[in-house]
Amino acid sequence: MTIEAEHERAVARLAVPEARPTQVARRLLHHRSVVIGGALVLLMVAIAILAPFLGTVDPKAIDPAYRNRAPGTEQVITLPDGTRATQTFWMGTDSLGRDVYSRVIYGARVSLIVGITVALISSVVGLVIGLIAGYLRWVDVVIMRVMDGLMAIPGILLAIGLVAVWGAGLFTVILAIVVPEIPRVVRLVRSIVLTIREEPYVEAAISVGTPVPLILVRHVMPNTFAPMIVQATFVCASAILIEAILSFLGVGIPTDIPTWGNIMAEGRQLFRVYPHTILFPGVFVAVTVLAVNMLGDGLRDALDPRMAKSI
Amino acid sequence: MFTFIAQRLISAVPVLATVAVVVFLMLRLTPGDPAAVIAGETATAEQVAEIRNKLGLDQPIVQQFFIWAGRGLKGDFGESFFFKKPVSELISQRIEPTLSLTLVTIVLAVLIAVPLGVLAAQHAGSLLDRCLMGFSVIGFSVPVFVIGYLLIYIFAIKINVLPVQGYRRIGENFGDWAIHLVLPSLTLAVIYVALIARMTRASVIEVLTEDYIRTARAKGLTRRVILIRHALKNAAIPIVTVIGLGIALLIGGVVVTESVYNIPGLGRLTVDAVLARDYPVIQAIILLFSFAYVLINLLIDLAYSFFDPRIRY
Repeated sequence: MTIEAEHERAVARLAVPEARPTQVARRLLHHRSVVIGGALVLLMVAIAILAPFLGTVDPKAIDPAYRNRAPGTEQVITLPDGTRATQTFWMGTDSLGRDVYSRVIYGARVSLIVGITVALISSVVGLVIGLIAGYLRWVDVVIMRVMDGLMAIPGILLAIGLVAVWGAGLFTVILAIVVPEIPRVVRLVRSIVLTIREEPYVEAAISVGTPVPLILVRHVMPNTFAPMIVQATFVCASAILIEAILSFLGVGIPTDIPTWGNIMAEGRQLFRVYPHTILFPGVFVAVTVLAVNMLGDGLRDALDPRMAKSI
Repeated sequence: MFTFIAQRLISAVPVLATVAVVVFLMLRLTPGDPAAVIAGETATAEQVAEIRNKLGLDQPIVQQFFIWAGRGLKGDFGESFFFKKPVSELISQRIEPTLSLTLVTIVLAVLIAVPLGVLAAQHAGSLLDRCLMGFSVIGFSVPVFVIGYLLIYIFAIKINVLPVQGYRRIGENFGDWAIHLVLPSLTLAVIYVALIARMTRASVIEVLTEDYIRTARAKGLTRRVILIRHALKNAAIPIVTVIGLGIALLIGGVVVTESVYNIPGLGRLTVDAVLARDYPVIQAIILLFSFAYVLINLLIDLAYSFFDPRIRY
């Protein structure tokens, strides 16, 4: 696996602190991909948080009289105080008459929750396992064998299998996506630890009798942060994508929760006639994942300009 | 040479064994009684007891693993609860569509991606290069099924030149088989092309800075000869490696693509099995795909030493 080794070595170089925080910040703000990606991610976060105030209606409300309406259809509704108003279905309605626009806006919440939680959990778990594997040589062999085994199972397949066993639900889906991501984080952290443990300051810490957990936390761990942030961004993007795929296949989040994958799954049957139920959530998934990926690419370039030239 | 091959083969054994243990434990480590989980919610106590007995669930877990793995090695993965057929039979029926789809996709992706990557590397920084890099980032971000539906909408519904869905066996009619695979393989190829083109570009750019390229140029060789004979040949190893590693992505994509295009292959079987909670089938498919993935990468590793005499570990 020469590429992986190559990649690990390249990422491990990130561990060498060489720029002051202000320099990094300036580099980030001048990086086009960070600015565009970051702005789009913030926009999505804002949409998710402000969902009830963005002209949405109840995303689960069914209206049999207004099924499968094209985007832009208007409906006259009577407000509680007796006045009449028109409501526009900007993205049409689905086969149960639910407003696709509201569902897509609320769907942003689930996608972002899944993306961020998966990134956090897999980073923390991967960090702990990676530190231990990299520093304590005798457990390294066992841990890395297990990680190799996990990595040999294609990620989506492993996630599908785990959901099948644990049952569908928000938390089980998050865990099922976390498991295949952990080995990648572990390998990254471990490769950094392997270079850092040879540094003079670590030897110095050992020689004055610093206990191992303290060495790991105080001297080794800070070196993993920069590459971990980059890695976590890519994990977040892939988690959003995998969640959409799982829900689309009908093996993800329960169908009563509006998620982008679920909206598209619901639109599958009538896709030929009403493509809008797949089109709009599809665009949202693609833009969100693209934004997070751009942010990740930019962060990688900014945190280590030397890497920008390779891949 | 032989020691090298033997070493590589032996090194794959622990990985395969770990995969088997993980797949085995997946079901056994679930909260609750696996027999009850397998039997489903409507099963009677006798049915649960029968399943427990049949799978050897009343024995110690280590022993259970060896019973399961031993049968698996002989190709016996038990019986599907849903289809009421041996799992091995079910899989062998579904393997042709999946093999067709993946092989066509790999060939298509390599034929598109490698020339694109070389062109981008040759004109690094140009508009073409930036378009390609942009495409590859987009290719990583759009879900496979969205690409699938987009292609169906354009080519099968709007201009109606290709079939919407379905699969024809290669033995029946080659033309039908090919035409039904155009859209699915294009769909599946997008992410793979993105991956391979990116790696080709990076790898060729790196090789183009080597001294022997300057020598070749000084010798008066044409650009094309330099690119193909000197640059691409030496850039091949990372490219081939990423083709192998990308198969994991491809397998994930197969599951989705087969569902979108209604292709009766292993990917569809996976989804059907998950929806029906058909655990023996799920276990067997995950095992099969993972073994295929590991073995293909092992073969690629071995192939290097044949094609590149410099590699001797």
